[in-house]
Amino acid sequence: MPAKQIHLAAHFPGVNNTTVWTDPRSASQIDFGSFVHLAETAERGKFDFFFLAEGLRLREMKGRIHDLDVAGRPESLTVLSALSAVTTRLGLAATVNSTFNEPYEVARRLATLDHLSGGRAAWNVVTSWDAFTGENFRRGGYLAEADRYTRAAEFLHTARELWDSWTGGDLVADPDEAEFIRPGAGAFAHRGAQFDIAGRFNVPRPPQGHPVIIQAGDSYEGREFAAADADVIFSRHGTLEDGRAFYKDVKSRLARYGRRPGDLKIMPAVTYVLGDTEEDAAERATEIRRAQVSPQNAIAFLEGYWGRDLSAYDPDGPLPDIEPDLDEGVSKGRAQFRGDRGETVRRWRELAAERGLSIRELVIEATARQTFVGTARSVADRIDEFVQTDAADGFVFVPHLTPGGLDDLVEHVVPLLQEKGVFRADYTGPTLRDHLGLRVPRVHSTRSEREAS
Amino acid sequence: MTGTHTMTGLHLAVALADAGWHPAAWRDPAARPGALFTARYWAGLAAEAERGLLDLLTIEDSLGLQSSDPVAPDDRTDQVRGRLDAVLVAARLAPATSRIGLVPTTITTHTEPFHVSIGIASLDYASRGRAGWRPQVAGARLSDAAHFGRRTFPEFDLPWFATPDGKAFSAELFGEAADFVEVVRRLWDSWEDDAEIRDAATGRFLDRDKLHYIDFEGAHFSVRGPSITPRPPQGQPLVTALAHDVGPYEFAARGADVVYITPHSRPDAVTIVAQVREAERTTGRVGEPLRIFADLVVFLDDVPGAALARKARLDELDGAALASDAEIFAGTPGELADLLLDWRDAGLDGFRLRPGVLPSDLEGIARGLVPVLQGRGAFRTAYETTTLRGHLGLSRPANRYATA
Ligand SMILES: Cc1cc2nc3c(=O)[nH]c(=O)nc-3n(C[C@H](O)[C@H](O)[C@H](O)COP(=O)(O)O)c2cc1C
Repeated sequence: MPAKQIHLAAHFPGVNNTTVWTDPRSASQIDFGSFVHLAETAERGKFDFFFLAEGLRLREMKGRIHDLDVAGRPESLTVLSALSAVTTRLGLAATVNSTFNEPYEVARRLATLDHLSGGRAAWNVVTSWDAFTGENFRRGGYLAEADRYTRAAEFLHTARELWDSWTGGDLVADPDEAEFIRPGAGAFAHRGAQFDIAGRFNVPRPPQGHPVIIQAGDSYEGREFAAADADVIFSRHGTLEDGRAFYKDVKSRLARYGRRPGDLKIMPAVTYVLGDTEEDAAERATEIRRAQVSPQNAIAFLEGYWGRDLSAYDPDGPLPDIEPDLDEGVSKGRAQFRGDRGETVRRWRELAAERGLSIRELVIEATARQTFVGTARSVADRIDEFVQTDAADGFVFVPHLTPGGLDDLVEHVVPLLQEKGVFRADYTGPTLRDHLGLRVPRVHSTRSEREAS
Repeated sequence: MTGTHTMTGLHLAVALADAGWHPAAWRDPAARPGALFTARYWAGLAAEAERGLLDLLTIEDSLGLQSSDPVAPDDRTDQVRGRLDAVLVAARLAPATSRIGLVPTTITTHTEPFHVSIGIASLDYASRGRAGWRPQVAGARLSDAAHFGRRTFPEFDLPWFATPDGKAFSAELFGEAADFVEVVRRLWDSWEDDAEIRDAATGRFLDRDKLHYIDFEGAHFSVRGPSITPRPPQGQPLVTALAHDVGPYEFAARGADVVYITPHSRPDAVTIVAQVREAERTTGRVGEPLRIFADLVVFLDDVPGAALARKARLDELDGAALASDAEIFAGTPGELADLLLDWRDAGLDGFRLRPGVLPSDLEGIARGLVPVLQGRGAFRTAYETTTLRGHLGLSRPANRYATA
């Protein structure tokens, strides 16, 4: 069997505590030049796509704006549209929430990006549903947690109906026949529990048919949503064992939806550190971890789990002896603060006692997220192993430096993957669907079929 | 006379829409109807406008198909239908241009102020200080409400808007738009310029005392803030509004920096300018006066009579004479320059020209009109500033939340 081809994406590091902002090389997270730098680096490395996350409310701790991590980011689609002017092949993926938006507007903006970029748009459909974020929106209307994917699924189906409301031939633009569009172009009617809308969609069918759909979320509902509807899963399963289990689980769900394993690419979020030797890389990785977890950040992190003010504790001292307040949430605006906090705290106490870890050391240990640490050669080998042994189809690289954080990966690791014949030497087609090996969707129901039925 | 025009003389804007402002423009031999949905088409227009040293370009938008009926959709297939999102088109143009202001339209009736605020702020970052915005109420195109399914509007026709009910309804939509602008502007100020401190000693990236909740509460929405996007390069990107009546003049006086008006003669311009200044007084506007631009639809040809003949041909193709809220001009660049300089003395700061056909009438502006105006010492010969506010002589505003 020929080797599986690897897919690569670049995550703009932007906000939150992956980014080491104390490093003298760390530049602005908001200046357009930083986005250009990372996008150009990714395109030089022949990456599949460039990725922007979204968070629609600034994070808070203990009722105040969290001030320890990088914050402040632009609106994803606007930046990606601007980046389409300085890149020619790179896919452009925007995270756009399905709770605080309406299908007509989102479908229209994604179709616009697909037109302007010549078929390079992708949409990461996320489902944050909380009232905290809802305070920034006129809908105010937030959802019960259980409804988040119900709305997301209907939102996505509605968007697809809108993209399908123009067939490829509906834009005629023939002055001799005085026909600009075919009759009825863009006509749609969607009657559902979440959306009851009808009329005419006003953007012609996007070059990719539909922009590429990405899903990021881990629950049972999230996996089903991805299996039914997504082209790419952006996951957090960055270890070999976890990755294989997740891969197997998700791919096995596809058949039920009439889809083949290749129709859904699994791309975990990963980080990396390169060094001249293994020891050198490990040392640098430790330094980065310490920079990511400042003393203040270590306390703030524990407070999120303890649900109490821990500012009196010494970050270099032992874990707090007081019991967590499981009823109180102190951290708001972050998707990952879910699960059994009491159980987590118990596990950390054991780990700290066993290894004699301070608060800061424990947090460094508990949040370890460096996936690939080593020389360029060993990192390339590991990346390939993950993909060839079905722990992933590729990776979304989250660098720790803005904007130069992928420079060395593209310079030193990508050429090794290309040498192995597991990563493209150049782009073979113009669209993101081409890069990912995805089919162009058929128009599910053309107008004439609908009218006939 | 307010005398806000300075030594650079007139300000000029071009309004970009579809294949031009004539509904049959796409059938003109100079048009590129197959390219309307490509980046190359828009980049070519922006490059031409920038070659003409224009202050800004605006981009139309709508949340439904264009229609020849002012209040309802139509089934015509012989006119341009379909539009790209204007903010994203403007963003695509940002790296492809270096000086011209980029002013997309968004509809305030169906969208979220929070999303629009960060979108325009992001455009300001991508263009390094050249973003503007034109908020527009859905107005008579209420049928677009069915595309959102969030609110229902009364059944109506155009005369209904003149009834007390119609007027109250319009006032409500403009009231909502005013709230929308207020929210967008507060969000732009919700980060003070020096909120990002990167203080390694205390581990703090932000000085959170310099971030502000905006706590807006209105009849249609409430928004907490702060923004997720830091204060944009211009502080406040340029806000512009098209207005045809006293209510909308007051809307502009409350929230805009520039107002586009539609006089049909010089005396008409005098009257409207006085109404705009009155609206500034009644709304208690402080700070910079509104910059007033008059809108004109233009057909330009060097040969006398050619533009008029061209327009007549398009009228014939479309089956009706072009109708517009703005005055329609067809003539030579020299004649247009005469008109602009005459009307300017009514107290106008500049003009927003709507090309009848793209790209040809934009070329008529950039290569015909502009050199004539320059020859008369009435238009800049080079850009003098790098930001859109700068082109209009507007300074970077202080932040409403800053205490220092
Ligand atoms: C790798 C990854 C990245 C994510 N990125 C975002 C993001 O940028 N913005 C956001 O609002 N949610 C983001 N999420 C949250 C998910 O979209 C989703 O709302 C959340 O994980 C809850 O869904 P679940 O219950 O299926 O996990 C991300 C999740 C994962 C796993």
